[in-house]
Amino acid sequence: MTMALVGMPNSGKSTFFNGITGSHSPIGNWPGLTVDLHQGNVQLQGQNVQLIDLPGIYDLHGLSEDEAIVRRFLESTPLDLLVLILNASQIDRQLRLALQVQQLGLPALVLLNMGDEAKRFGVRINTEALSQRLSLPVLLISAKYGDGFHAAEQAMAAALAQQAGPPRRAEGLEERLGAGEADLEARLAELLNACVQLPERLRDQRTRRLDQLLLHPLLGLPLFFLVMFLMFQAIYALGVPLQGLLAQLLDGFGSAVLTPLLAWAPAFVRGFLLEGLYQGIGTVAAFLPVIFLFFLAMAVVEDSGYLSRAAFLMDALMERLGLDGRSFVLSLMGFGCNVPAILGTRVMRSKGLRILTMLVIPFSLCSARLNVFLFMTAALFAPKQGAAVLFSLYLISFLAAILTALIFKGQFPSREPLVLELPPYRFPTPKQMFGRSWGEVRHFWFWSRKFIIFGVVAVWLLNNLPFGVAPASEQSLSGLLGAALQPLLQPIGINPKLTVALVFGFIAKEIVLGGLAVIYNQADSVQLGHALARDISWTQAYSFMLFTLLYTPCLSTVAVIRSESKRWGVTLLSVFWSLLLAWLVAFIFFQGSRLMGWA
Amino acid sequence: MQEDLLGHQSDTSPLSALRPGESATIESLGGDLGLMRRLKALGLGQGQRIHLLRRAWMAGPLHVRVGMTELMLRRVDANHIRIAPRTTPQAA
Repeated sequence: MTMALVGMPNSGKSTFFNGITGSHSPIGNWPGLTVDLHQGNVQLQGQNVQLIDLPGIYDLHGLSEDEAIVRRFLESTPLDLLVLILNASQIDRQLRLALQVQQLGLPALVLLNMGDEAKRFGVRINTEALSQRLSLPVLLISAKYGDGFHAAEQAMAAALAQQAGPPRRAEGLEERLGAGEADLEARLAELLNACVQLPERLRDQRTRRLDQLLLHPLLGLPLFFLVMFLMFQAIYALGVPLQGLLAQLLDGFGSAVLTPLLAWAPAFVRGFLLEGLYQGIGTVAAFLPVIFLFFLAMAVVEDSGYLSRAAFLMDALMERLGLDGRSFVLSLMGFGCNVPAILGTRVMRSKGLRILTMLVIPFSLCSARLNVFLFMTAALFAPKQGAAVLFSLYLISFLAAILTALIFKGQFPSREPLVLELPPYRFPTPKQMFGRSWGEVRHFWFWSRKFIIFGVVAVWLLNNLPFGVAPASEQSLSGLLGAALQPLLQPIGINPKLTVALVFGFIAKEIVLGGLAVIYNQADSVQLGHALARDISWTQAYSFMLFTLLYTPCLSTVAVIRSESKRWGVTLLSVFWSLLLAWLVAFIFFQGSRLMGWA
Repeated sequence: MQEDLLGHQSDTSPLSALRPGESATIESLGGDLGLMRRLKALGLGQGQRIHLLRRAWMAGPLHVRVGMTELMLRRVDANHIRIAPRTTPQAA
């Protein structure tokens, strides 16, 4: 048996879904749909029933992508029961969706969620009268606190038991909805009049007072940047040591267990397994703690209602770039790590807006790139110059993001109007927060690991083939590639050795320094700095940093752009555009500096 | 009140004419079908009372309340919402 869950955004639909199915819901591909749908199982009186979570929609007859997806799903998938979830505290407008569902003629059940909030705001609903007038079962629940789940399960079981005959599709959906359109508002008004008592005034003083502060014309923005700064600090103060610890554990396991186990193997096979395959797994694993922490913070910011306030504050600027305030929040978070920031673009439902944001985020100077820059500025610049160099790189990071948005906003316009709800401020529960983070970690692991491991192995082969060469030396494939690319890279001051370092950097900026150590054959970082300073000029170094800042941040970023956009075209555009921009900026700098006589 | 090109006084004005703290009744919705349907679904239907809470800086979005729902609306979208004049006309 199959049930589908329909509801508006911000109605607590996902919370209900996770609560009733347990959080182990696989993501399924549905034929003909461009999105992944979560599906889970519910035990109803010993019977295993499948529940599919459909995207949140405002209007069954609406024109957004998600709304079209839900219509297509309902027309093509036979269902035994449609479960509609509404926010009880906003029943004055959400009941409209129930009237539309009623028109479909499918067996349905209505759950009024956030019963606790409705009560607090003084919304009173006569569920029996409502049920009678809609001819559908209606129940009041509170998914966040798990209230009413038992009753909801019983009602679902009863509705399924009453069901005679096979599951049904919504046939003639457009006609049915069109026919009901004319008197929809009138029927809504009548229904509300008969079954719902709304408060005279909105009683939510907490939200009103908090908004006065957080959306204050002068204080709003400084407070927003303070919130972002604290969130950023919290994530990376915890995440970076965790990442280090995980790397140590994996390294330890590699050298203590795997290396002895593979002692029998020829050097090449051992290298392939340890430095290729195992390192690949390690690269994927390194992102897991940061993704987990990032989404803990995102859950707080989003579920508390602050994310849409941030969007309100930043929208004036972002609208001119073809983006919205949420893109800005995610780009800022990208300065820690691009990967979770790109995963986070899922909060934006308009495809054009989401893709444009995905193209912009990789230019945020992430902590991995910062490490490379800190090392190189220390090796090649005096401390005073070093600070100016770092500042200029941050500035260029911002400018590249703005330029990218301006260039591509025509290509990826947001066709959906930006009408965002500013929900009342809420306290997210730990269960919601951890559930979300765990889900995102699983999602990343599921969709990105093969791609990343494949990439790491490919680069290892480049550095170690043909057989018998010194790794990443001039004779290796990547060394040959470095030499072959000289006509292209010499004009930007990048020599073959630095080219090999850029090949390493394609995997992850974390391994650029390790790569340089292999290439220059200097294990000690101070010695490596000296070797670099002897080999390249400061203009070459700065050109290398510009290129490192702007080209593909890492394989994992490419992997998540691919998995989130579901389009190779977008993925390739992101890679090639960033390479082109990196080359152009480095070219202008390096040739300019020669004209100025600096080098 | 607004005057159109012919000098007639039209008795509706765009939502953006509202000042923070003021309320008005929605007269009509314009714009494309997608916007109209979205606005209706969010409770911004004809005849509904709408309250402007605040405007963002630099011609940014509007913060409005309709019924039990608070929303942010961009000004481009808000211009498609026409509201009845704030003061009721004394005589026809």
